[in-house]
This record gives sequence, structure tokens and C-alpha cells, in this order.
Amino acid sequence: MKAERQSAAWPLGIYQALKQAGVKQVAYVPDAGHSQLIKACHADREIKAVCLTTEEEGVAMLAGAWLGGERGVLLMQSSGAGNCINMLGMIAECRFPLLMILTMRGHWGEFNPWQVPMSQATVPALNAIGVVVQPVDRAAEIAETVSAAARLAFSTGRAVAVLISQRVIGAKQFK
Amino acid sequence: MKHRKPTLDRRKVVADILKQRGDALIMPGLGAPTWDAAAAGDHPLTFYSWGGMGGAAMMGLGLALAQPRRRVLVITGDGELLMGLGSLATIGVQQPRNLAVIVIDNEHYGETGMQPTHTLYGVDLPAMARAAGFRSAETVYTSSQLKAWIPRFYQEPGPMFCSIKVTTADAPLVLPVRDGTAIKHRFREALLGASEAHK
Repeated sequence: MKAERQSAAWPLGIYQALKQAGVKQVAYVPDAGHSQLIKACHADREIKAVCLTTEEEGVAMLAGAWLGGERGVLLMQSSGAGNCINMLGMIAECRFPLLMILTMRGHWGEFNPWQVPMSQATVPALNAIGVVVQPVDRAAEIAETVSAAARLAFSTGRAVAVLISQRVIGAKQFK
Repeated sequence: MKHRKPTLDRRKVVADILKQRGDALIMPGLGAPTWDAAAAGDHPLTFYSWGGMGGAAMMGLGLALAQPRRRVLVITGDGELLMGLGSLATIGVQQPRNLAVIVIDNEHYGETGMQPTHTLYGVDLPAMARAAGFRSAETVYTSSQLKAWIPRFYQEPGPMFCSIKVTTADAPLVLPVRDGTAIKHRFREALLGASEAHK
């Protein structure tokens, strides 16, 4: 599974979609599913890749980026969605555009029971605070979903979260 | 640890800082720092916060990264900063040279009934900022210390951090525009120009 994940094409597809969308700031809390994308962003001199201590920092950071005229993206696991809720209220009130890409934990083939509650609460919690949620469960459709989500976010001033299924990433192997 | 009683007046502190603002971008945290900034004189390049507690320093980081040629001053409260302590570490790693984080530290939660914050009991925010990698970080108690610091906020390579100890004396409410979308548009139009702001 690990080797398969490292050689997957879709993280590079996301990277290209982000470049086309003009994304200059990438804020993230690491996730294994995003590791290839995070590496690509750090290697890109036009992108400021910022590792966070908690996901809500990235929500605030990208609001500041937009005020300064730059587009950004926030990468996280679904486990971090709950950390963002109050800060997302500011995004909704100010109509800040916010593009988020979440890799799902806690549903498809999960082994760790502690991941399940936040996973199951991710979509209703994001919906409740006004985020447009766009799930994708086929690798071939990820890049176009990110492109469409970026256009929706930056053209209409909305928070949009792309949720990448654990089915694509593969469940974490505890061995 | 012996407590040193603050004597500075928050309104005068913020007004003195903002008198020198030039073309700097100002990011006040929610509550009293936003009222202080409004009292110092309305300005389109002040992004008034009415919410998003814990996010002011990180909003400042995103803005500073997007506008590396402009100074960014985050002016926030001790309670607000305490809610986002991790951001000190994130900013310390990024080393934005154009960012100053200023805490107007009255050692209390002023908007919610004047409960003490951790800083009243000696939690040392500048020491935390230094440990996180800020280039300079100090506590200011006197007007002469403040006078020496104000030009540094606008000139010295950051990230810098300053905790300015102020009294809990009541200041009259001065409320800026509330609508978040309006504040955002006004800020972006002033900074980027109307056509770029609404592209």
C-alpha cells in the first residue's frame, strides 16, 4: 500500500490544478495521503508551503493571504476538520474564498476506532458552518474536482472542501 | 514571581503606535484592540476583527507572506494570543521579516467580565515568542520603552513580538463597521485597487 501511494499520479494532478488556479500559499497539517503533494509544494519556489501546529491556523492564514491578494489552499486530514469550525465562521461572515483539501480517515477500511467519530462528523460539521463539500472517491477525478472547487471558491467567495475518499488513499496499515 | 502593576493606557498606546503607520497594514484582534484601532482613527488598511479568536497572528502571517514589501502589524489582546499560541511556533519557523505581533496585555479577559488571563500569573508571552524563534521579543511597561519600540515595529527585520502591559481602565466603546464582507472589500480595494480586488 505504501509503495502504491508513493507512486500514485493523483497528488501531482492536484499540484498541477493548484498551479493553474494560481495558488501561492499552501498551509498544511501533514497527512500521509498528502505527503507527495506537500513535497512538491516545498520544492516549488513560487509557493510558500507553511506547516501548521493546528488546522485552524491555516484558515486564519489564508484569510490574511486573500486580504493581501494571494490565493491559497489548506491541506489536512478529516481528523482536523473539527479544529477549524469557529475560524470557518469568520470565513463565512467575511465571504473569504477558502479552498480546502481533506484526505479522509475513519471510514473506508479504518482500523483505528478513535478516527471514526470525527470522520463521521466531518461532512455535517463542515456543512453546518457553511462550507461547500465536494467528495471524490475515484483517483481519476481528483484533479478536475480540485480545479472546479478552486474556481467555485475564488470566483464566488466561498469555502469549498474537497474530500478525498480513504478508498483512494488506502487505509493506514498498522504493521 | 512578583507582579509588576501595569500603568500604560491602552488607547494612548495604540494611538501612539498607529500615528506612525505610514503604509503599514494593521490587523487588530477581536474585542478591545479592534475598538482601540477604531478610536485611533478609521483607516481602510485596518482589518477590524469581530471574531475568529486565536487567529489574528496567523492572519498577519498570511498577509505578510502575500505582501512582503509592506509592514504588517498584528495588534491583539493577551486572551486572543493565548488562544493561538501554536501560531508563535509557525511564525517562528517562517521568519517573516515584515511582521510584528504586538499584544496589548491588560492581563484580563476584558470583554467577558474581567477574568484574569494567564499573563496575570506570570505567563511570559515574549519569552515564548523568543523560544519559538522571533528575532526580538520584549515586555514594555513604560512610555519611554514604548517610544523606543514604535519605530522598530516599522523598520526592524521581523518577526518581532512585543507585549505592552496596559491597565484595565475602562475606555469608551468606539465601534468600527461590523459587516465582515464590507471590511474585507474595503481593505482589498485600498491595497490592491478596485479592479484587482474584484477580479
